[in-house]
Amino acid sequence: MALTLNVNGKARAVEADAETPLLYALRNDLGLVGTRYGCGIGQCGTCTVIIDGKAVQSCDVPVSSAVGKQITTVEALAGDADLHPLQRAFIEEQAAQCGYCASGILMAAKALLDSNPDPDDSAIRSALEGNLCRCGTHGRILRAIKRAAKEMRRA
Amino acid sequence: MAQQKEVAARKLPGSLETNRRLDRWLRINADGTVTVTPGKVEIGQGILTALVQMVAEELDINVERIRLIPASTAQSPDEGITSGSRSIQESGLALRHAAAEARDLLLERAAHKLGVTLEQLTVEDGVVTARSGGSATYWELATADLLTRESNIDVVAKMPAEHRVVGKSLARVDIPGKVTGQPSYVQDMVLPGMLHGRIARPPGPRARLKAINLKEVEQMPGVVAVVRDGSFLGVVAAREEQAIRAERRLARIAEWDTGAALPTSDPRHLLTLDAETEVISDKGDPATAGAQQFTAEYTKPYLAHASLAPSCAVAHWEGGKSDGKVRIWTHSQGIYPLRGDMAQVLGLPEADIVITHSEGAGCYGHNAADDVTLDAALLARAVPGKPVRVQWMREDEFAWEPFSSPMVVRMNASLDAKGNIINWGHELWSHAHSTRPGSRGGVNLTAAWHLEKPLPAAKPGNPPLPGGGSHRNAIPLYEFPNQKVTNHLIRQSPLRTSAMRGLGSHANAFAIECFMDELAAAAGADPLEFRLRHLQDARAKAVLEKVAKMAQWQPGEKGDGERGRGIAFARYKNLAAYMAVIAEVHVTEEVRVTRLWGAVDVGQAINPDGVINQIEGGMIQSASWTLKERIDFDGTGVITRNWEEYPIMTFVEVPEVEVALINRPEAPPVGAGEGTQGPTSAAIGNAIYNALGARLRDMPFTRDRIIAALSA
Repeated sequence: MALTLNVNGKARAVEADAETPLLYALRNDLGLVGTRYGCGIGQCGTCTVIIDGKAVQSCDVPVSSAVGKQITTVEALAGDADLHPLQRAFIEEQAAQCGYCASGILMAAKALLDSNPDPDDSAIRSALEGNLCRCGTHGRILRAIKRAAKEMRRA
Repeated sequence: MAQQKEVAARKLPGSLETNRRLDRWLRINADGTVTVTPGKVEIGQGILTALVQMVAEELDINVERIRLIPASTAQSPDEGITSGSRSIQESGLALRHAAAEARDLLLERAAHKLGVTLEQLTVEDGVVTARSGGSATYWELATADLLTRESNIDVVAKMPAEHRVVGKSLARVDIPGKVTGQPSYVQDMVLPGMLHGRIARPPGPRARLKAINLKEVEQMPGVVAVVRDGSFLGVVAAREEQAIRAERRLARIAEWDTGAALPTSDPRHLLTLDAETEVISDKGDPATAGAQQFTAEYTKPYLAHASLAPSCAVAHWEGGKSDGKVRIWTHSQGIYPLRGDMAQVLGLPEADIVITHSEGAGCYGHNAADDVTLDAALLARAVPGKPVRVQWMREDEFAWEPFSSPMVVRMNASLDAKGNIINWGHELWSHAHSTRPGSRGGVNLTAAWHLEKPLPAAKPGNPPLPGGGSHRNAIPLYEFPNQKVTNHLIRQSPLRTSAMRGLGSHANAFAIECFMDELAAAAGADPLEFRLRHLQDARAKAVLEKVAKMAQWQPGEKGDGERGRGIAFARYKNLAAYMAVIAEVHVTEEVRVTRLWGAVDVGQAINPDGVINQIEGGMIQSASWTLKERIDFDGTGVITRNWEEYPIMTFVEVPEVEVALINRPEAPPVGAGEGTQGPTSAAIGNAIYNALGARLRDMPFTRDRIIAALSA
């Protein structure tokens, strides 16, 4: 069926069955491959996007239920000119090994900082409980999010 | 004669010895760039950044000038497999030498052109300047024939004191793309007209397909082809979700004969099997009896690499089934060995198979990357002319990746009246740690075993000492007057086992370091002091002393019934990185690792922050193995098939980690990826003992085992 999604501020047409996971519509119909498949059942967080302000695992969302909502993916995290403070902080802290978890974690962190600009360590950890990292880069990621939060509060 | 012999024995550094042509490694381009073509691949460990640094250093150019070409059988040197923490030694030292030689050749040309001697030249970012004035650039000096020659052994690379780029923490070249959602992995590849494939695997390793009605699946929406060859069953569809739906239908309607029942997944099952037994160290009289005798038995279960990205490959077949050509993109760790096995299965000459590396998620050893590559080729062969992307589902990865072998390690020792170890015994039981492609006498690819005309697997391998496989790190670095170390290898295993971060060193170092702790306690000694007194190696002592200082270790410090700390040490393979770890735990009914301190010596650190990143990650992953992870199977197949059934450490649980690097620019560089695993597990086991006075010897240290230990 023909659906219209609002992705990264633009109306985008998608031709897919209603129950197609949003993840595949983003990746294969819209070419937004920064959102990644990890488990398909909402257990790992690699496919996290923001829908109406909330971090959501897109493998678990039928594309039809995302119609009429604001969907933001990692590709829209940066502005036209500048990287998002979270992206800059990930680079500054070298907060990746393989990096496959990074886009999902960036989106979960953005949703957190948008609603809570000054989270403590345990609030950040809780917000990322659904995001797995297999390389063990957790410490750097936590540091990067704290650094970004600080920068965003200053701005 | 003697002198000639000596010359013959000299070898070119690293992989240059077997790939001697300089233009296989690098090219100096007229446009001011340098193309570098290593045969080693990025597996999330940051190796490419370190290689860039080593080339930039020797050539005296800015790192931005370097263009890395992904390894491909079309042009790259054959560097075997990216594994064993050997990439710096093999690829790095080869590139260092090749770049130094390229610089020498360019300077010779510059000297000739400028009419001066070599001594008068200096280089700054590829611009060669004569002291008397006049300059020339690499980019104008280089011609196509510059590097079309074999490497000269007499080239001398820079001394460490001259290094300006090596030894500095250079930002990873791949991170900006990864944090902005750019296509970064083979999973992200898109080719025009690309189709999607999925494989419906049998329910277990001994199951065979009895019957299936393919018609039913062929008629599903989007399905382009259904492939059945013996028990190999796959589907190609226009859209990814259509391929997934079709694969689920295939799995549901297939009738399987599950075959003979698998045995228990308990590691101690190893003790009941016929083994190849070899004494690998026999020193003094191992029967020497001291004042006190001790024994202990340690185990580790089957473990999964559990890469965050299920394995994926893209294949593009052109031509007929028997005379076609296929191009494949894969995150395999060994494109050449893989090509050899693929050629046997597909019945094509190797030259008609072009395999190019494209990054996947972190792999931590031999995961399903090779297997999905054959899957993709088999499906692409059914739809010639159309590229097919195959990604395994999460449950495929957990059920079918090659696992880390379970192990049992039995230790015995005697203490003399002064509390020193006077004899030492270490006996280990393990399945094989290498069933990679490229092994002689068979094909090591899952689908090949399921075909109607199956190709048998090669005999499971065990890398030899000194590095070793199951027996890696089984011989202690400590000095004991009498010792015996015995390896019991059981090659055939119920589930396929292969290389995972550290191989046997994880269980061996875990057992050695926990047992050292038990002996220290029996001797009434501080665990740090007890280790130091049995060590001669100054670098070993230095990492232990460093970590003790970082954590403010107190001699004889005691836990309080909930909190405790433990220390452990190993030198990876007894010839690579030195690693010492202190763990702090908080134990109630569950173990929480609250802090980890690590001190590491990798010789010359090419990219210090890259080393620290690897060490931090290795410590956290090892903590996760130690506390949480275990692959389990029933009579048919693996039953731990998702992240709830195979939990790993989460953001809520991970400890604070502090790592110190002892940089030794004068010492040869060695890899950093694997040395953390045994010491971290042991430090956690020792910290639990320190906290509770109870010893856990079977990993993982789950809630049930803590409760059992507390009530024992």
